[in-house]
Amino acid sequence: MFNPTWAMTIEMVIAGVSVIGLFAALGLVLVLMERRVAAWMQIRLGPNRVGPKGMLQSLADTVKLLVKEGMTPDGSDKFLFNLAPYIAMMVAMLLMAPIAFAKDFRLWDMNIGVLYITAISSIMVISILMAGWASNNKYSLMGAMRSGAQIVSYELSAGLSILTIVVLTGSLNITDIINAQADGWWIFKGHIPVLISFVIFIIAVTAETNRAPFDLAEAESELTAGFHTEYSGMKFALFFLAEYINVFIVCAIGATLFLGGWMPFHIGNWEAFNHVMDYIPSSIWFFGKTFFLIFVIMWFRWTFPRLRIDQLLNLEWKYLLPISMFNLLLVTAIAILKWHF
Amino acid sequence: MFIVKYIKDIFSGIKSLLVGMRRTGYYFTHHKEIITEQYPDNRDTLVMADRFKGEVVLIHDEHNEHACTGCTACELACPNATIKIVTKFDITPEGKKKKAIDKFVYHLELCTMCNLCIVACPTDAIKMAQTFEHSVYDRAELTKILNKPGSKIREGIE
Repeated sequence: MFNPTWAMTIEMVIAGVSVIGLFAALGLVLVLMERRVAAWMQIRLGPNRVGPKGMLQSLADTVKLLVKEGMTPDGSDKFLFNLAPYIAMMVAMLLMAPIAFAKDFRLWDMNIGVLYITAISSIMVISILMAGWASNNKYSLMGAMRSGAQIVSYELSAGLSILTIVVLTGSLNITDIINAQADGWWIFKGHIPVLISFVIFIIAVTAETNRAPFDLAEAESELTAGFHTEYSGMKFALFFLAEYINVFIVCAIGATLFLGGWMPFHIGNWEAFNHVMDYIPSSIWFFGKTFFLIFVIMWFRWTFPRLRIDQLLNLEWKYLLPISMFNLLLVTAIAILKWHF
Repeated sequence: MFIVKYIKDIFSGIKSLLVGMRRTGYYFTHHKEIITEQYPDNRDTLVMADRFKGEVVLIHDEHNEHACTGCTACELACPNATIKIVTKFDITPEGKKKKAIDKFVYHLELCTMCNLCIVACPTDAIKMAQTFEHSVYDRAELTKILNKPGSKIREGIE
């Protein structure tokens, strides 16, 4: 019975079920968190009717979306229209593979983890373009085209800022990158150049996940809802969920690369302090850092106004890209001369 | 110099973003600033702003007397014919005829709460009340008679 094939199959089923469970939990938690953060930043109370302190609001919304009719418009390309949300979801699922959630706890320890993440995350734009094109709606198409231009440009600076950490570590393996931060996270060890690349990374991933202030692909005031204008019910919910999952994933990657993943916070030779920090479980360190970055991205969303498309491309091509190229050169010099701690 | 302007642009941009984030961060951590009124729950303790204008009322004192002489200044001042004053003639004890109001008709459904009637009133007989729960099932209920039954004009008001 328990030959390697069966063991592998059972392992895969367990992994799949836990990823789907994590998705559902993240969707509920992040939507509620977003609404709370938004409310408090706008001097409002936020959801407070469903359940204790409004905690069950996102659950109620999910039930509502589940029982709604998922319509497919007559003029649309029906196959592509129905396929697009699933591709968005699948990309998010694939990105879960190399992330280390805790010490020795990950789905797939591959030695090209960072390359895999940057490669897979570019597929996301295909689902958006597919949804926009298949909807046969000019708002959807415009939103999709904007999203395409945006993701293609911002991937450059996101990639370059990820590359600074790869240069410092000398490895594409996520485990190696985390282990290299045992004596201090890169954001502290790498001086100002790593800080700059961290800021650029956060800006670029905010743009890549189509969140405000870079939410031109949706832009409700001008394009109704952009690429998902025609979607309703559960198909809309999949896009909505994929957005939040993507935010979680990019924040997890940011936490892994710059803030040491599951590594506890250590200060030089303070043995007692380091020992106390070691008692906090590694999963709490990972999720704490990730949720801190998610909070920062939500903070951006509820503070900054949306950019115009020309301002968006200006920011990338005239500012972020030249700075991150120069910065990469600087980090390479630091890595070669061993100036980092 | 191009490069100096470029770097200055970056720093002033980052600074302005940080100023904005500081403001929202302040609101995020200071919940006493929240201005939401939890309306149906706090109906008893609701405090309205002084400037809020809900509907026109005719002021009656404890003797069921008001100060309206029926001069129709409010009716003339109203830009959309919200007020209609129906007058009658009372016989004073001396046997003289005196003009008085029979009905002060107020069409709440037409009123825009512009306050012009209150300004026009020479005897300060009417004011804006702060009630706002005006919804009814039949619009005929919005046409109100403001003078209470049996009320009369206060002594000494001309």
